Amino acid sequence: MLHIDDLVVRYGSAVALDGVSLEVGAGEMVALVGPNGAGKSTLINTVSGLLQPTSGTVALEGRVAQVPEGRQMFPDMSVEDNLLLGGWSIRNKQLDEVFDLLPDLAGMRRRNAGRLSGGQQQMVAVGRALMARPDLLAIDELSLGLAPIVVAELAEHLRYLNTERGTAVLLVEQEVALAFDLCARACVLEAGRVVASGPSTALAKSDAVRKAYFGDLADLEVAP
Amino acid sequence: MTEFVTYLVSGIALGSSFALIGSGFVVVHRVTRVVNFAQGSLAVFGAMLSAWLLADRLPHGLGEVVAVLVSGLAGLLVGLVAIGKRGTPPLISLIVTLGVSMLFAALIIWLWGQDPVAPPGLDGFATVFGAEVERQRLLVVVVTLSAFAVLALFFSRTYLGKALTASASNPHAARLVGIDVRRMGLVAFALSGVLGGLAGVLLAPSTALSFYSDLPMALSGFAAAVFGGLVSPLRTLLGGLALGVAGQLTAGYWSGSYQTEVALLLMLVIMIARSRSFTQEEAK
Repeated sequence: MLHIDDLVVRYGSAVALDGVSLEVGAGEMVALVGPNGAGKSTLINTVSGLLQPTSGTVALEGRVAQVPEGRQMFPDMSVEDNLLLGGWSIRNKQLDEVFDLLPDLAGMRRRNAGRLSGGQQQMVAVGRALMARPDLLAIDELSLGLAPIVVAELAEHLRYLNTERGTAVLLVEQEVALAFDLCARACVLEAGRVVASGPSTALAKSDAVRKAYFGDLADLEVAP
Repeated sequence: MTEFVTYLVSGIALGSSFALIGSGFVVVHRVTRVVNFAQGSLAVFGAMLSAWLLADRLPHGLGEVVAVLVSGLAGLLVGLVAIGKRGTPPLISLIVTLGVSMLFAALIIWLWGQDPVAPPGLDGFATVFGAEVERQRLLVVVVTLSAFAVLALFFSRTYLGKALTASASNPHAARLVGIDVRRMGLVAFALSGVLGGLAGVLLAPSTALSFYSDLPMALSGFAAAVFGGLVSPLRTLLGGLALGVAGQLTAGYWSGSYQTEVALLLMLVIMIARSRSFTQEEAK
């Protein structure tokens, strides 16, 4: 459903993405990993339409919605208003669909989004993206700044969403163990180029990938 | 006592129009970070247009409404010039609005001449706490309070109002959810035109306006908006009322020559005091 072909994105003279090609199938979960400055966020922002490619193509069958890095709440507005605005692009005001998937949000609908914990805000960010009824959910750093128990809960929600709704996920994630655990397939970016891709289990066992990007991850556990 | 009530009501009426102009500044600045210095010109334009329309062309009520709506379109035009080009920095847009206000002055002179204009308003007087007060001034207060209530409902209850608030709150997140922030900026400019036009239409029957009334009105409205931190319509209303009342009391008990200076001095003192209290709160 997402076909990226020979994508180049520049910031002035700096090349952020240099000939990236990537595919995400319908209902598939794909992780995008790599060191800081590799171009992961640039790629996800280009897929979301926030950045224009210098060359190459991004073809998407269906709708994409992004869960941005840092949550990016409308802090002085209620959770309900944050969610409602998530449906702006398709004028969707049906909150019940999101409350069914993320029941915790219903209990905090009247609270100011800026006063929630990081984990709660991340849940609002996911819910807000779901209001656009996306076929592809592009998530930039799901676990950033969150406690492991919160991350585990969010990961469960994503699995459920993927299984029950068939929503495809493109996940940018610094926590490699989490990314490989959630996504059956992964793609490794370095300096704007794809340097490795394939099944997460295989990538996790790849010495070159492990040494180059993840240091000593002898304890890395990947779900079967 | 009756004298005081007369000055007070006159001040509240004058301050109401400052608050309307100030809220135009606030609406635009919240969404675009631009200070729209054509705001005073939009008020004068609305006043002049209503005077022209009410001169045997349209009946009362309809003439004023048309003038306010056309002022909204004029506000939209100002917005198109000021922020129409993507990526225009707010400072450049501010300079553009200053230029547009000069063009407005030329347009007003060309269309309606240089003489002050006072369109017909509500006739007669009403008794308030024993004082005779022009009914037009009471109308200004009632319409302004109603306009602020509608504005509050618009921002808090409507989808478009929430999108405008979101664009002001976090433009990046607004773009992420598909809100066209530039288009929201243009909506804000149109809204500021409506508010400015409404101020002019309401004020002109009791205070004749001419092409050079734009700067004093813009300054008073801007002072009210700054009192509201350029973000809060409610505090802008309070600031506008304080300005208007201080000015009218000065004119009544001292001299009309100093009313603007005293009012602005008062605002300066209040703002310095408020900035100190903010600093103390931040220190805590």
